[in-house]
Amino acid sequence: MSEAQGLHTKEFTLNVGPHHPSTHGVCRFVLQMEGEVITSVTPVIGYLHRALEKICENRTYEQIIPITDRFEYCTAMSCNMGFSLATEKLAGLEVPERAEYLRVIMLELNRIASHLIWFGTTSLDLGAITPFLYGFREREDILDMFEMTCGQRLTFNYIRPGGVSKDIPKAFIPVCKKFLDAFSAKVDDYERVLTENPIFIARNKDVGILKPETAIAYSVSGPSLRASGVKYDLRRDDPYSIYDRFDFEIPTRENGDCYDRYIVRIREMRESAKIVRQAIEQIPEGPIRSKVKMNFKPPAGEVYCRVENSRGEMGFYIQSVGEKMPLRVKMRGGSYNQLQVMPVLCVGHKIADLVAIMASMDIIMPDVDR
Amino acid sequence: MGVIKKLPVYLEKIPGGNIVTTTLDYVFSQSRASSLWYLLFGTACCAIELMATGASRYDFDRLGMIFRASPRQSDLIIAAGTITKKMAPRLKLLYDQMAEPRYVIAMGGCTVSGGPFYYDSYAVEKGIDHIVPVDVYIPGCPPRPESLLEGCLTLQKRVKRMKIRDWS
Ligand code: SF4
Repeated sequence: MSEAQGLHTKEFTLNVGPHHPSTHGVCRFVLQMEGEVITSVTPVIGYLHRALEKICENRTYEQIIPITDRFEYCTAMSCNMGFSLATEKLAGLEVPERAEYLRVIMLELNRIASHLIWFGTTSLDLGAITPFLYGFREREDILDMFEMTCGQRLTFNYIRPGGVSKDIPKAFIPVCKKFLDAFSAKVDDYERVLTENPIFIARNKDVGILKPETAIAYSVSGPSLRASGVKYDLRRDDPYSIYDRFDFEIPTRENGDCYDRYIVRIREMRESAKIVRQAIEQIPEGPIRSKVKMNFKPPAGEVYCRVENSRGEMGFYIQSVGEKMPLRVKMRGGSYNQLQVMPVLCVGHKIADLVAIMASMDIIMPDVDR
Repeated sequence: MGVIKKLPVYLEKIPGGNIVTTTLDYVFSQSRASSLWYLLFGTACCAIELMATGASRYDFDRLGMIFRASPRQSDLIIAAGTITKKMAPRLKLLYDQMAEPRYVIAMGGCTVSGGPFYYDSYAVEKGIDHIVPVDVYIPGCPPRPESLLEGCLTLQKRVKRMKIRDWS
């Protein structure tokens, strides 16, 4: 790490955050620096600890759903989904066919919306403003669809144990089709701005290489894992809901650097659009929620259910003693492990690369701190 | 800053100075109200809505509001998102670093009163008005971009009413 003879600088400590525009929330890093080069990274977490798991112990199962919205707000649908799946498994609830399709449509639209936030903020961190505006433009279209369905833009409370809360309005399917038709060209637009951009490549290629062994050792999941060449996606490898009925690819890359993580996420948006299109073509008529008693009491026992969200594996562990409130809820988000692996990726790079790596991992803090 | 502070004192000594002061008030408050630069301070879910308000569809810039990364360059904190007990001293620090006159908007239930974490979260500060003085409260979880825009317009009205003499 040290430069050529005689060019040593004194090591010093640099604090980044918790209020820093590119730490995506309130993450803090304590860096040891030698000149511009990072020699060690210590993430300091807890600035957004809201005691979500503890709150869940004082809520009935249906009241917990809005709490899970706040757990991972970029993809609130998948939090709803994870908790509902766990509750259904625990209480043995049935889910009607139409509800399953509605869930998949919403989950995948939400995945696109979340990747668009990542796309916008990543490029903002690297100094490009146009992609931010592009990304949020399409995201608004998706939010319009959510809004016409459940009335909310960010915290949906839509997927409930036993089904979903509301049916889609008549206007939804035409709007969704129109969006999907235009979307592929929009993704081409994004790629035109960044994929071949020499500055973007210089900032991202061979920066923050995550080796597959390291990724597995740290339990990194989601697009960051797939960019390292491990083809592991819960939608395919442990299918939940009705994901086994759809035809889609799981994009992977080999190098595991920031650029590969970018490519994987961009390609994932296209695949999600494909799934939504299949789902709206196949969606059957029927009820959207099975009969669920108010304040139902699932039998005693414990259960762990996991779903693939845009940041990796999201899991919910519930322990029940047969009361109307759970005894313990544990939430697992993808970001925590991605933050743990940051020191491995950053050491030896320049300080500016910290921002690029952090952006490419797509870490958000509520997921880490809970 | 020195000139602006002393200006009314100088002007009042000359005959008819009061008229000039009122006009200056108008000029200053108008221009301050239409270039409120806000600090990019987002901690949780509401920050996403803040970003969405700054982005394509809602376009914050047309109110003259541009985000700054440093508190020293900004006039306004939009506190978007949960402020936990661990984060509270940081918010105070940021507020103290801003130059006067400075304003605070509390965006979202969490910053207004603790929001969904009011009753049984040991970690969340129950409203940021325990820490810094708040000018405009915007309820909602999260507030829609329209409400945020409305809140900012309210703050602008308030800024326009201010006199130079009121500056501390
Ligand atoms: S008010 Fe609601 S949306 Fe905003 S930060 Fe608090 S929990 Fe999140």
